[in-house]
Amino acid sequence: MFHKTVFGKVIRLGVFAVFACGLACSGEKLGQSSGGSNAGGTVRLQGSGASFPKPIYEKWVNEFGKINPNVRIDYQATGSGAGQKALLAKTADFGASDDPMSEEDLKSAGVEILHIPTVLGAVVLTYNLAGVKEPLKLSSQTISDIYLGNIEKWNDERLKKDNPSLNLPDAAILPVYRADSSGTSAVFTDYLSKTVPEWKEKVGMNKQPSWITGVGVGAKGNDGVMGQVKQTPNSIGYVELTFAKENNLPASQIKNRAGEFVEASLESVSAAAGASVAQMPDDLRTQITDGAGSGVYPISSYTYILVSKEQPDPVKGKALVDFLWWSIHDGEKFVKELHYSPLPAEVIKRVETKINSIVSGGKPLRQQ
Amino acid sequence: MAQTGAVGDKIFRSILLIAAASILLIVAAIFYMMVQNSIPTLERFGFGFLIGSEWKPAQEGFGALPFIYGTVVSSIIALVLAVPVSLGIAIFLVEQAPQKIARPIAFMVELLAAIPSVVYGLWGIFVLAPFIRNYLGVFLKDYFGWISLFQGRLTGIGMLTAGIILAIMIMPIITAVVRDVLEAVPSTQREAALALGATKWETTSIVLGNAVSGIAGAVVLGLGRAIGETMAVTMVIGNSPQISASLFEPANTIASLLAANFAEATDRIYLSALIEIGLVLFLVTFVVNALAKLLILSVTRDTSGGRPA
Repeated sequence: MFHKTVFGKVIRLGVFAVFACGLACSGEKLGQSSGGSNAGGTVRLQGSGASFPKPIYEKWVNEFGKINPNVRIDYQATGSGAGQKALLAKTADFGASDDPMSEEDLKSAGVEILHIPTVLGAVVLTYNLAGVKEPLKLSSQTISDIYLGNIEKWNDERLKKDNPSLNLPDAAILPVYRADSSGTSAVFTDYLSKTVPEWKEKVGMNKQPSWITGVGVGAKGNDGVMGQVKQTPNSIGYVELTFAKENNLPASQIKNRAGEFVEASLESVSAAAGASVAQMPDDLRTQITDGAGSGVYPISSYTYILVSKEQPDPVKGKALVDFLWWSIHDGEKFVKELHYSPLPAEVIKRVETKINSIVSGGKPLRQQ
Repeated sequence: MAQTGAVGDKIFRSILLIAAASILLIVAAIFYMMVQNSIPTLERFGFGFLIGSEWKPAQEGFGALPFIYGTVVSSIIALVLAVPVSLGIAIFLVEQAPQKIARPIAFMVELLAAIPSVVYGLWGIFVLAPFIRNYLGVFLKDYFGWISLFQGRLTGIGMLTAGIILAIMIMPIITAVVRDVLEAVPSTQREAALALGATKWETTSIVLGNAVSGIAGAVVLGLGRAIGETMAVTMVIGNSPQISASLFEPANTIASLLAANFAEATDRIYLSALIEIGLVLFLVTFVVNALAKLLILSVTRDTSGGRPA
């Protein structure tokens, strides 16, 4: 690690020296070509992290690129954990994570890291039940019982009680979970830990929880879980809403704190965000599962872009700040079609302040 | 003239030496790096890492046994299924089939080898898993259910599916090598056997006897691929670190664990655990290869002793 950072510094020094020389040596040229494009031509930004917001980030990168042809952004969906790691190791200009970074990781980062919420999403339980047409109704208790192995069959009384009209088969349930570390698992287990004491004690909240041995199978990535559920009769799995929608798989309704069974939708996820706005801390790091209020979908979550407050390179920093600003304003119009929910207006205000606080060499990067 | 020749030879010799030494150096460097990086878990868990059966990264509990078990068992299933079939194909191609049929079959076998493993994985999920769930598994359960290997829940995802996928994946490489080995056996031996009145069966067994070391080498190559396969296995094995007597139950292998988790391992102790289990894989491969080499050595000594000089 130590060698890596020293090496990184040397490289950045070198790059900076070249850049500085470029500015100094070709001052006239710069003046001439000030028509529009940037000093060196293309600015390249590298982002990496969560797979949960990948579809919307790809859309944003694409649309932003049309307006700003001199900025090229690459987003790699390497996973939330890897995104945090890449930002800390400075192999990416920005990271992305569904799970806010821990206090400990933020402390050990050495630089100040900002959490920029971008969109909201939902984790849904999808299932493969032939002959069941209406949406399945689940509560945190029944979900927990299924994943703990307490409920083994679909026609268990506890499931029948919530689904009197469904013809649930006399078949063993196959729960499918994420085998890799993932933000989706973090949100899912955060919800169950908050609501079911037995879950908190036996499994707990984690990006990569310790699943009960002998219950269910693991698959890699949202696509992996999707594929497994699609192919295996009588299975159930949890995935990001977009993946269920795009694959035409059913999503169950979940019982919220108000006692209503709610399906994941733009409205119900926005309601969850709205219900929690007042409790959002200054650094914007928050989990909004099990929200109070009517119409709230309980397994909702923000997803974050992580950036350093102090940007080492002013040109790249400027491009990044412009991209973030554009995303939470103009970019929001693409959110809906991809089944995410836009940020509440109050949160946008607070995110604006955060973006305005990003500096390079002591100077704010955004001109107001 | 002689002088320059000698110098040239020296240079040539040094270049070869460097090439040969580089392999040793690379192996040593990899080994050193892996040991170095797994020191945190080596110190903390010691030998317990190898025999522990709980893998709980969230609670910092790391036991590699389920993964070692999964790796070894899935590879054994693969070998048991693949070796007889591969031998059959190779013998047929070399000893029996007319050129017209042998060519296309050989081509097909090579084609199988060129399919990327992720495609095998997809095929595993979409075709093989349902087939096992609906037909093969049911059959095994009905007729061999009294063996603990074929008891329990049948989901189509698990050790057996992974083993079968691996068998299909290693078949081409074993077949191709065995075919080359058989072709290398001088045809005079076959002619001699036939001239003495041996049947085709007897002739073939003589040829096989002489090719035994090459065949064992082919099996080791296949085993190497089975042990190290990641993607296809991840997709069908169920990724659950458990040791179960049933082949229908999900399991996990070392390579599959690494593929699914390496990018996400953020904390030091977890990364160290993953590197250490990589080291275990390295050692397992090493031991298996060494054993195979010893086996080949003993077998070839026997046959060369029995062969007329």
